[in-house]
Amino acid sequence: MITPALLHASYALAHVPDVVRYGSKPTRELARDAALCEQLSAALRTWEAALAYPPNQVFIGNLSPERLAARARPWSAEPLAEARPVGPFGRMVDQITFYGLLKLADDFDLVVLDEDIAASARAAVQALQPNRLMQRVDRIVGVPAEQLERLASSEHGLPLFHAGRRVGFMRSAHDQDASLGADILLENLAGKATAALALSEALVHGPIAPEQVDYLLNTGEEAVGDRYQRGGGSLSKAAGEVVGCINATGSDIKAFCSAPVHGLIIAASLVQAGLFRHVVVIGGGSLAKLGMKFLGHLKSGVPIMEDVLASMAFVVGPANGQDPVFRLDSVGRHTIQASSAPPMLYQALVLDPLTRVGLKMTDIDRYAVELHNPEITLPAGSGDVPLTNYRTLAALAVKRHEIERSAIDDFVSQRGMPGFAPTQGHIPAGVPYLGHARRALRAAELQRIMVVAKGSLFLGRMTQLSDGMSFILERDPSAGDHPVQTPT
Amino acid sequence: MQLKGKRVIAIGEREGVPGPSLKALAESAGAEVVFAVTQCFV
Repeated sequence: MITPALLHASYALAHVPDVVRYGSKPTRELARDAALCEQLSAALRTWEAALAYPPNQVFIGNLSPERLAARARPWSAEPLAEARPVGPFGRMVDQITFYGLLKLADDFDLVVLDEDIAASARAAVQALQPNRLMQRVDRIVGVPAEQLERLASSEHGLPLFHAGRRVGFMRSAHDQDASLGADILLENLAGKATAALALSEALVHGPIAPEQVDYLLNTGEEAVGDRYQRGGGSLSKAAGEVVGCINATGSDIKAFCSAPVHGLIIAASLVQAGLFRHVVVIGGGSLAKLGMKFLGHLKSGVPIMEDVLASMAFVVGPANGQDPVFRLDSVGRHTIQASSAPPMLYQALVLDPLTRVGLKMTDIDRYAVELHNPEITLPAGSGDVPLTNYRTLAALAVKRHEIERSAIDDFVSQRGMPGFAPTQGHIPAGVPYLGHARRALRAAELQRIMVVAKGSLFLGRMTQLSDGMSFILERDPSAGDHPVQTPT
Repeated sequence: MQLKGKRVIAIGEREGVPGPSLKALAESAGAEVVFAVTQCFV
């Protein structure tokens, strides 16, 4: 039997301040009160501020979660002096680059860019070296300003802005089909383009070439399709096509926020079964979530921090003696009969799988739970999600007599971490830690971690159920005590 | 709080108490739950 391993983890952030207005919440609030637009624009961050924001630097690997935990709060008040757009696990790109990615991912001439912006966007994408996107870079072309003006005044669609100025247009693809409206297509194309960027990073820096990808699993939350099958469509092959995964097929996993963990477990299973050698799990950015808590941020006088589209790509393949391996004997799952109350959910996702393989809670060096950045959620009254979850886990450890009540804070700080992920739906579901985990497990700094994700099935009004999945990733037993450095 | 004979709208939260749990609690105290839902605020 083949042992599946995490061969690579890549991440990307696209800073898109002028797209925040098209997030679901801003769209609705600005329609209700147009005067909010000025306040929203004034509270958006510059590229430099978003780049130097410490949690974003953790996301791409330039700062560890441990070092983030040691930094003074608010993190936004103390930019990271040594911030860089390229990190060991991925990169950040600015809005011009994002528009270039959007255009190169566009197979139906839906995106129309001003010719000057297109030239800048093409140069920006070309500057992302090395990348797997160059085969499409010539697609990034624009039209004269007069043509853009004519189009915007005669067709259904959405204007695209940069620095407050209209620089492009997103067309609708059907005048009677809301599923092919410009707003939905922009959401889907943004997911595809950002997923392709993370996939490009994984295929440049990871161990396999695009041609070696056998299967792609997209785990984003967009709903691709037309009026007859909205949400029935897929982005996995669409993203793979952009970067040249010519031998891959794929499908999408839909499980709300927990989809990436479902996807990784399925990917590891496919590898273990010997059906596919290399499976890549991807997830693009969630445009609908941009600015979701902007009213709370405005009220609290903090910058609007939901201004990035986050994406990720994980390469799963046969163990190689260096990379951490999946323990598929200890997969946790939240069944239909299980209660959705947090302690019961953790019984199903953490305690049951640990018990099955004879491990204690303290045998897990680090838990990666929902890693929502608390600096984004607290001003909106949504609490510190990771901290709440870590305290629940610590309370369970007390109940099981694994730790003393007085050791709860130590459990939280030693086996948890601060949230550093953008609130992008499926993105924070434990998996932002995988890049750091892979590095630490290879280096023998950690022996075993657990990723725990929860999904809000009830949001779709089809069931009152919750969902959740978990898995253990551990140091390859054949690696012994020998530490392996991860290239940066 | 006396819930007997009251009508209740139960809004649960995914990181806290789910809507169905609130509904069961309120009904056990004699309330009529007219709407129960769980929300996600992150």
